[in-house]
Amino acid sequence: MELFFIILGMALVTFIPRLLPVLIMDRLTLSPWVKKWLKTIPYAALGALIFPGILSIEAGVPFIGLAGGIVAGGIAFFKLHIIYVVFGSIFTVMLMKFFLL
Amino acid sequence: MHTQARETNKFYESTNNKQIFLNGAKTAMPIVIGYLPIAISFGVISSQTGIPMLYAALMSSMVYAGASQFMALNMLAIDVLGIEIILATLILNFRHFIMSMSLTSKIQHLPLKWKIPLSFGITDETFALLSMEQNEENKQMKGFFVAGVMLASYSSWTLGTIIGGMLSMFIPPSVGASMSIGLYAMFIGLLMPAIKENFKVGAIAIISGVLCYLFNLFLNSGWAIVMATLIGSFMGTFIVKGE
Repeated sequence: MELFFIILGMALVTFIPRLLPVLIMDRLTLSPWVKKWLKTIPYAALGALIFPGILSIEAGVPFIGLAGGIVAGGIAFFKLHIIYVVFGSIFTVMLMKFFLL
Repeated sequence: MHTQARETNKFYESTNNKQIFLNGAKTAMPIVIGYLPIAISFGVISSQTGIPMLYAALMSSMVYAGASQFMALNMLAIDVLGIEIILATLILNFRHFIMSMSLTSKIQHLPLKWKIPLSFGITDETFALLSMEQNEENKQMKGFFVAGVMLASYSSWTLGTIIGGMLSMFIPPSVGASMSIGLYAMFIGLLMPAIKENFKVGAIAIISGVLCYLFNLFLNSGWAIVMATLIGSFMGTFIVKGE
C-alpha cells in the first residue's frame, strides 16, 4: 500500500510540470521574442539530451557511445530514414561490445 | 439531402482523422523501438527487486518517466523514504516543464480539452520528435497526429513493462543494453536535417551540450539538462537572427 502512494506521488510530480505550461500559456499573449525563444528550445534541449548522456551508454567506456553517435550522425547526414539511423547505431554498439569487451 | 451530405462529410473527416492518427503512430516508430527494450528491462528488474507486476505496470502507466522509474527501483531496494523518491522524481523530471512550454506554443491552436491529456504524453522523445516535425507551409500540427505519436509511445512503454514483468524468468535484465543507444541515435537523426538547413542550429546544440557537460560536473543530470537548455536556447536567440 505504501508503494501505491509513492507511485501516486511520483505520478503527480511528473504530470504537474507537463501540465502547468498548458494551463498558464492559455492565458498569456507572448511577445515575439518569447515565441522565438520557445522555438529555439528544442535545439538546445536536443544538444543537452545527447551530450554528455551518450557517453554513458557503456559504463566506463565513453568511446562506445561516441562511436554509435558518430555512425548515427553519418547515416542521418545522408538523409536515410531515421529507422536506419537508429538500427545503424545499435548495430555499431553491438559490434563494438562484441569485439572490445 | 443536406443531412446526407453532412453525413458523408463526417465520414470523410473521420477516415481522414484516422489516417492522420495512424500516420502519427507510424512516425513514432523510432520511439517505440527505443522504448520497448528499456521498458522490458524495467519490468524484469522490477520483478527481480520484488515489486509486484501490478505496481510496475502502474508505475509505467501513471508515472511514465523512464529514468525516474529506474531510480525509484534503486531507491526502493535500499529502503529510502517514499518522500525522498518523490522529490528526486520531481527534480529529475522538471525539465519537462520547459519542454511542455515549447511544445504547447507549437500546438496552441488546439482546444484545452486536447492539450491537457496530450501534455501527459510529453517525454524527452515525444517532445523532440514533435518539435522537429516540419509542418508544410505553416500548416498547423493536427491534434490526431500528436495523439498518434503519444499513444504509440505510451503504449510501447506500458506494454513493454508488462512483457518484462511476465517473462522476467526468461529475459536477462541486460536485454536492452546495446539498444539504449537507439534513442540517442534518434535525437541525432532528428537534429541533423535542421543543422543541414541552418548550421547555426548545430551551434546552439553544441553550446547546449557543452553546457550540459559542465553542469553535470556539479548538478544532477535533471538540473543539468534544465540549465543547459535554458541558457543554450537563450544564447540561441542571439545566434539565430530574425525568424
